[in-house]
Amino acid sequence: MKGQEKESLFSPQNLKLITDPIGKKNPITVLVLGICSALAVTVQMKPAIVMALSVMVVLAFSNVTISLIRKLIPTRIRIIVQLTVISFMVIIVDQILKAYAYDVSKQLSVFVGLIITNCIIMGRLEAFALGNTPWKSFLDGIGNAAGYGLILVIVSFFRELLGSGTVLGYPVLQKLGLYSIGYENNGMMILPPMALITLGVIVWIHRSRNKDLIEK
Amino acid sequence: MNKESNSYTFFFTVVMIVIVAFGLSVTAITLKPVQEHNKELEKKVNILQSINLNPTFEEADKEFNKYIVKTLLVKSDGSFTEGNGLDINLKEELNKPENERVLPLFIAQVDGHKYYIIPLYGKGLWGPIWGFVSLKEDMNTVYGVSFGHKTETPGLGAKIVTEEFRNQFKGKKIFDKNGNFTSILVVKNQKQLNEHQVDAISGATMTSKGVQNMLNKVLSHYINFFKQHKNDLA
Repeated sequence: MKGQEKESLFSPQNLKLITDPIGKKNPITVLVLGICSALAVTVQMKPAIVMALSVMVVLAFSNVTISLIRKLIPTRIRIIVQLTVISFMVIIVDQILKAYAYDVSKQLSVFVGLIITNCIIMGRLEAFALGNTPWKSFLDGIGNAAGYGLILVIVSFFRELLGSGTVLGYPVLQKLGLYSIGYENNGMMILPPMALITLGVIVWIHRSRNKDLIEK
Repeated sequence: MNKESNSYTFFFTVVMIVIVAFGLSVTAITLKPVQEHNKELEKKVNILQSINLNPTFEEADKEFNKYIVKTLLVKSDGSFTEGNGLDINLKEELNKPENERVLPLFIAQVDGHKYYIIPLYGKGLWGPIWGFVSLKEDMNTVYGVSFGHKTETPGLGAKIVTEEFRNQFKGKKIFDKNGNFTSILVVKNQKQLNEHQVDAISGATMTSKGVQNMLNKVLSHYINFFKQHKNDLA
């Protein structure tokens, strides 16, 4: 951090590292990375939130680790080094979930392991952490994971509400009395195709509100 | 030192691997007891689900000790001893020749009724499936079941854990009127289901077949036990 002493920890440039990926540089809706897991774990909100937090931990700490050793990594094997760091973090997260959040880890099953292949993480390590200081990389990791998590939560909110009639397991629609007047859950929302369509709608809204994102 | 030289690359890799391996071993060893405890709790929850109770993870230990009064280790000739059934590895036991197998049987007492709980283990489509089936005092009528699976297809085979599928088993019988062992069949496209049949899950033929085979294989081990002790245990 020696070269950064003039700059405060939460300077506008640093905060941008967090806010940008949530909005106009969102990894899912703009960069279209990490789609696979976004479709797979968004049937219910609880696993989606845990997945988002797991990705956040993995991404933030992988970013910091890579940034710390960025001057030591031989260029030729940098991708393998990145993968090793990511796998290391993912296995630790997986083990901790198995020990302290067993039911959630069962719901997420293979997807925790598949964080390793989440392109957002590799992308951030390669594009950001290799060329920036640990603190900036940490913020960048948190920001990108937050952007990813935000979309996961939005998609899972609609899928759980319309597909199962609950929000975080709480039977909202039943309490509102919708079933007694003939409303039925849409089973289609639980299936993967509707995740893709929900995601598409989010991208559409995002772009219609932010004209910079539309390609010429 | 030249960062791009072969010897540096080699050195870097070795150091990295040693650090990573050390870190992972420490994590795995320190967390293992907690994880094992979780697995045991899950087993207890599943056992209690088969007698139609629904304890949370936290209550599992207490409820298990409250309701499960005895555990028997049963041999295929019908003889048994008392012991700890939770530690028995069903997969290993089922691979042994029939006369060497020792399978556990849990006896539960709920509101004055006795239930006999049998652990199940078998093959689904993609990997292992398991569960527990509880019988009423007549050692014939099914009181409840619970199923678990490792990697069955979500939305299809994975549906064996749903209440909809499990509730079908309630009241089914594993012996016919003449006392012959029939097990419970998981059938497709049957308009009228008899007392030994349940409806398969559409789109999950292999998993449904797996459930049927698992019930047949495991339950048949207890036939002699049921016949001999029908009256003296109840």
